[in-house]
Amino acid sequence: MIIEPVSEDSILIRFGDTLDEQLTPRILAAQQTIAEQLGDWIIDQVPAYTTLLVVYDLHKVDFRRVIRAIELILTATGEDTSEPATTGRLIELPVYYHPDVGLDLEALAEQAGLSINDVIQRHTATTYRVFAMGFAPGFGFMGTVDPSIATPRKTTPRQRVPAGSVGIANQQTAVYPSVSPGGWNIIGRCPTRLFSLDSLSLLQTGDRVSFKSISREDFLAQGGEL
Amino acid sequence: MSGLRVQSTGLRTTLQDEGRRHGQHLGLAVGGAADLHAFRWANKLLDNPRGSACLEVLMGGFSAEATGPMSIAVTGAAGRLAINGRRHSLWRTHALQAGDTISLESPTSGLLNYIAVRGGWLGKCLCQSHAMTPREGLPGLSAVESGQLIEAASTDIAPHRQMPETFLPDYTAPLTLNVIPGYQYSAFSHEARRTLTTAPYTITQQIDRMGYRLSGTDIDVPGMTLLSEGIALGSIQVPADGQPIVLLNDRQTMGGYPKIGTVAALDCSRLCQRGPDTEVRFRFAELANVQCERVVFEAFFARTTWNTDGKALIWP
Repeated sequence: MIIEPVSEDSILIRFGDTLDEQLTPRILAAQQTIAEQLGDWIIDQVPAYTTLLVVYDLHKVDFRRVIRAIELILTATGEDTSEPATTGRLIELPVYYHPDVGLDLEALAEQAGLSINDVIQRHTATTYRVFAMGFAPGFGFMGTVDPSIATPRKTTPRQRVPAGSVGIANQQTAVYPSVSPGGWNIIGRCPTRLFSLDSLSLLQTGDRVSFKSISREDFLAQGGEL
Repeated sequence: MSGLRVQSTGLRTTLQDEGRRHGQHLGLAVGGAADLHAFRWANKLLDNPRGSACLEVLMGGFSAEATGPMSIAVTGAAGRLAINGRRHSLWRTHALQAGDTISLESPTSGLLNYIAVRGGWLGKCLCQSHAMTPREGLPGLSAVESGQLIEAASTDIAPHRQMPETFLPDYTAPLTLNVIPGYQYSAFSHEARRTLTTAPYTITQQIDRMGYRLSGTDIDVPGMTLLSEGIALGSIQVPADGQPIVLLNDRQTMGGYPKIGTVAALDCSRLCQRGPDTEVRFRFAELANVQCERVVFEAFFARTTWNTDGKALIWP
């Protein structure tokens, strides 16, 4: 584990160098303990695949003190070899998989040499882990996608990907919470709201997510828009 | 309650304070005043808490009418401020009454103005902040719209104050940005680091609150694949084309391009007052020196008090 300053009021903790699902609970445990023990010294934390960015309040604490406190926390949490208490909530997201809304579904199936039903079956068969949140409010980077349907980002991103679009980029999958530009391969649309000002983000790093295929009728009944 | 009824927003007007707290892990941008210097002064003139929300106006073109009594201060970009059509100075307090109009013309130097009101402006709150982040399109938190009433927390008329002239910034002065070596600094070659700190870079047309794209000599990018990681204010991202991008307040929360270092926050403040075609330079700086500059800057605003004539500040 390496702690390095990256700006005058933030440090980056590196837990590893390669994508490893085992790191996520460790990073989240560190994030939680830092939040609990250091309270209002901390302005923000950004957990990612292998790192945790910690932004501290220069008005409340100096650099040496915050680094020392974080080192102590990491040593204490690092020695804890028990299974992490949180394995993440399990969230099921309904998806209407159809070329009408899955703008790249046919192309992706063709490229993978599979039928559309095979693609749906493989996308819904995995329980994914939310590795990180970012890009946009409520956007969760999830993995890992079955290698047979893992498809690289489109060479030219779309200017406008509709809200709820479910996409694949290499071994990652995600749902676009709102309309935005984007280069992921869109295979369906989810009617569930992923971000609102009242309840903020439905997904959080560490959550487990499974997708369930639903009909057009169910999609519309659950508030989905075509 | 008093407020400003906005008649024209210009290119973009947003409410900004010190930005959101504890929102980035949900994918929310931080936001916050892009120029901390002008922002802190606007609040200091009115004896506001240092992080009170101000209106941030891009390139002037803003006009509004007061609906009641209030005290305001306008800081930032040099340009014509008119109250009821008469020219008035920036960097000082002004008392407004119901029906008074204020307007800001397009600046002659600098890009951003801050309009503070005694007690701060009220607005929708998210993650302990009124910061508006247009890119995210959140309802009520995107940008100020014409016709909108921005309410002030107080109808107090503040004592007269004006900033001592020695503090007046020159937004046309040559700018060298201090860079803390961090992130992938050691993965960049010696040549790449030399290029960054010797060649001049020019601000392009692609600038906004998310980041500033610069153009100049290509920086050799290390051939590495990187997993996305949290991005600090001022991070210098170098994509495959070798042209640096300095990431600012409305930056995405994570990114996967190699970063050669991080620009000091107060230099980000200086950068965002500069427009396209301006030349900037970089130099590497000691973390401790950058922290010192920032801590002294913050202590000045936190600890000094106005003397009785409101024209000078005194350390305790």
